[in-house]
Amino acid sequence: MTHPISTPRASVSIVLAGSGGAGVMTAGNMLLEAAAIAGYYALMTRSSGPQIRGGEAAAMVRIATTPVENVEDHFHVLAAIDWQNINRFAAEIPLDASSLIVGDPDHGEPPDVFVKSGASYAPVGMKKLAKSIKGGWPNMVSLGILAALIGLPESAVARAVEKSLKKRPDSLEASLAAVRAGMHAAEGMPARYPLRPAAEAKTPRWLITGNEAAGYGAIRGGVRFVAAYPITPGTELLEWMAPALTKVGGALVQAEDELASINMIIGASYGGVPSLTATSGPGLALMMEALGLASASETPVVVVDVQRVGPSTGIPTKSEQSDLNIALYGFHGDAPHLVLAPNSVADCLTTTQWATHLAEMTQAPAIVLSDQFFGQARAVVDRPADLVFAGQRLTAPANSPDYKRYALTDSGVSPMAIPGTPGTVYTADGLEHAERGTPSSQATDHLAQLDKRQRKLESVDYGHYWAEVEGEGELAVVTFGSCTAPVREAFAQARRNGFRARLISMRLLLPAQTARLTEALAGVKRVLVVEQTHSKQFYRYLRSEYDVPGSVSSYSRPGPLPMRPEEIVSQLEKWSRA
Amino acid sequence: MNANAAVVARTPQEFKSDLKPVWCPGCGDYSVLAAITKAFAKLELLPQNVAVISGIGCSSRIPAYTSCYGFHGVHGRALALGTGVKLARPDLTVLVAGGDGDGYSIGGNHFLHACRRNVDMTYIVMDNRVYGMTKGQASPTTEPDWEFSKLTPEGTGLREFHPLVIALASGANFIARAFSGDPNGTADIIAQAIGTPGFSFVEVLSPCVTFRPEQRHWKDKARPAPVKTTSDPSQAARRILTDDGFNVGVLYVGNRKPYQPSIGRGTKKPADLEAGFVL
Repeated sequence: MTHPISTPRASVSIVLAGSGGAGVMTAGNMLLEAAAIAGYYALMTRSSGPQIRGGEAAAMVRIATTPVENVEDHFHVLAAIDWQNINRFAAEIPLDASSLIVGDPDHGEPPDVFVKSGASYAPVGMKKLAKSIKGGWPNMVSLGILAALIGLPESAVARAVEKSLKKRPDSLEASLAAVRAGMHAAEGMPARYPLRPAAEAKTPRWLITGNEAAGYGAIRGGVRFVAAYPITPGTELLEWMAPALTKVGGALVQAEDELASINMIIGASYGGVPSLTATSGPGLALMMEALGLASASETPVVVVDVQRVGPSTGIPTKSEQSDLNIALYGFHGDAPHLVLAPNSVADCLTTTQWATHLAEMTQAPAIVLSDQFFGQARAVVDRPADLVFAGQRLTAPANSPDYKRYALTDSGVSPMAIPGTPGTVYTADGLEHAERGTPSSQATDHLAQLDKRQRKLESVDYGHYWAEVEGEGELAVVTFGSCTAPVREAFAQARRNGFRARLISMRLLLPAQTARLTEALAGVKRVLVVEQTHSKQFYRYLRSEYDVPGSVSSYSRPGPLPMRPEEIVSQLEKWSRA
Repeated sequence: MNANAAVVARTPQEFKSDLKPVWCPGCGDYSVLAAITKAFAKLELLPQNVAVISGIGCSSRIPAYTSCYGFHGVHGRALALGTGVKLARPDLTVLVAGGDGDGYSIGGNHFLHACRRNVDMTYIVMDNRVYGMTKGQASPTTEPDWEFSKLTPEGTGLREFHPLVIALASGANFIARAFSGDPNGTADIIAQAIGTPGFSFVEVLSPCVTFRPEQRHWKDKARPAPVKTTSDPSQAARRILTDDGFNVGVLYVGNRKPYQPSIGRGTKKPADLEAGFVL
């Protein structure tokens, strides 16, 4: 058998699978840490069966010399501690003839669905190897194999293992021995996927999930009160925020349902404390009525919607962008509000911080459309910049003469009296009201207040944050959210064939930035809209809100599979030739 | 707070706004409004330190009729709204008020959990056993054989909701029944409710003379309960399950610790949280 050493590569993708209790996630996390310690960027996503606890699981890890924000077209290595129920993940684990399957022959042969890819197979008795070490586990053997296959230094793996087993030092030696056994076992394998050396990190790096990043962004933006109801895949955002808020002088309350959580944060914000809730599609649907109250009563709140596959319960653990319509149009009545979408794991921080700032400045509700991919992906990222958005909520001074809570100002923003302030009492109201807040069914008041609430959102200078605009040429792809990185990578691949285009990833979806998009698309002859919905929601939004130039086509498909560069490249090829 | 004003005795009038209520002449809610403002004056509160929170319905119009801070929210969610105000601003006195439809039907779940959560606030339900704002439909407390709604012309046939029992079983720390025909007695009960830590629930029998004219006779039925307040839940349960619904007074006062997560007392800066992300 020959042992070809492939040319070092910039990126490698690995999946480690196994049944419940096999420790797949533990080993995946250690691999992620080891890659980070060795100076690489990395991204881990995961998949698990429907069991509440202990079902089969797969840790998907991509490691690269440059920042990674999306999954690759195929995996280089599939390592399975056992093959139980792995077919469930087959569609999520594309292999090709250059891939390698590592499996334990004691658990049988690799399933046909993987073998037919033409991938090589390297049998390793991981269980037997682990058993030969007192206290050794097969997942540590697999970690050693994977680390060796991609050329991670043993010292980096050892440090990651030590870090993870800080609280169980007694099992450290056995684990390290198992890792070494795995590294040794990898020596004779028919393929290797060594990474190019990592460049020295110029900035400090973080290991963070999108949910954690959004939570931290909220706190940086000033959020000190959160009320929420558990829901996949938003729960981790709340679990991160609960202790974090306590540390910075805030509080998180578990509400009885989403109706309560949204109303609680409206109450807290009315009390003067910037407030947020996080949820997913079903929860957002329940919150719509009260979001209308926030709009009408001009109470700033932030809702982070970590989108999952819908409608109804849908596929709770998988990503989609199909809450776009409800976020944009789900309110009854005319209810101006903000909708934003982060474009990377780290950008969940910036976008949520900005959303909080904008909500406070405009005294309007803001919806942040994160998604399951960002929320639950764990990534090694450059430390995001310290952004400071100047300005805060406009409040009314004590004893303001002739105080009118909903005064018709030029900007539409009127000073908000905070309870406790003397001489400015008022009743906030979801009933249409006159300037003082007293209920009114007069046509003039309704029109004046509608205009005012709309004017507020138009009075803000959103600056360059409204979108990421990259590249040049007469072709443009417009996208948002977690489709951004796959499109970017597709561009990089297509560029080798001379493809040139602009990429516009919109961070601010409402209020629509008509003039800015028009400017960004100036001279463009054709536009492709890329999104992860079934009914082309983003395409329809763009067609209705903007005068998109030239011919406009759509690449739109639903979840649950993550968007991959390859499918976008094939769209680009078709489209740029059409 | 405002130290200068604290020494001045307050009058109920100071807690009233100049807005004219939308209520019908003879509505019991006028007296409840009077009782609330009397209670505020009696407790020497300052209008700016009180938040009156409501949902939707005739009685839910009450915040704007006071000179306090108010929030007239959406139907059924007043307790959640009030909970948010109190948790974020423990320094404020929070009074949530509304009707039987708002509190026991669309807002039923929040009622259970507000009792359980035991946040230090007072909840007043003006119970007239009918939806008035939508012109006379049966509410959860309407008698099963009430046949005067076009929606349920043969009566609901449903057993009435028993708010006091539910409140007790769910953990409310202060439970009382009052009658709007006795504004002074109601004011005393409300003042006690506000003064008792934790979640205080006051069910006020407040007649709807428009859709339930027979409720005018409640004045002949309501009378002070012949027994004293108890702190024994089983005794309280027996009493409310056996009375005719017109015994007025403070039924139960417990000593559960109010729920109030600390807010404003953290010592870390946001940037300190980054330590958890740094490699």
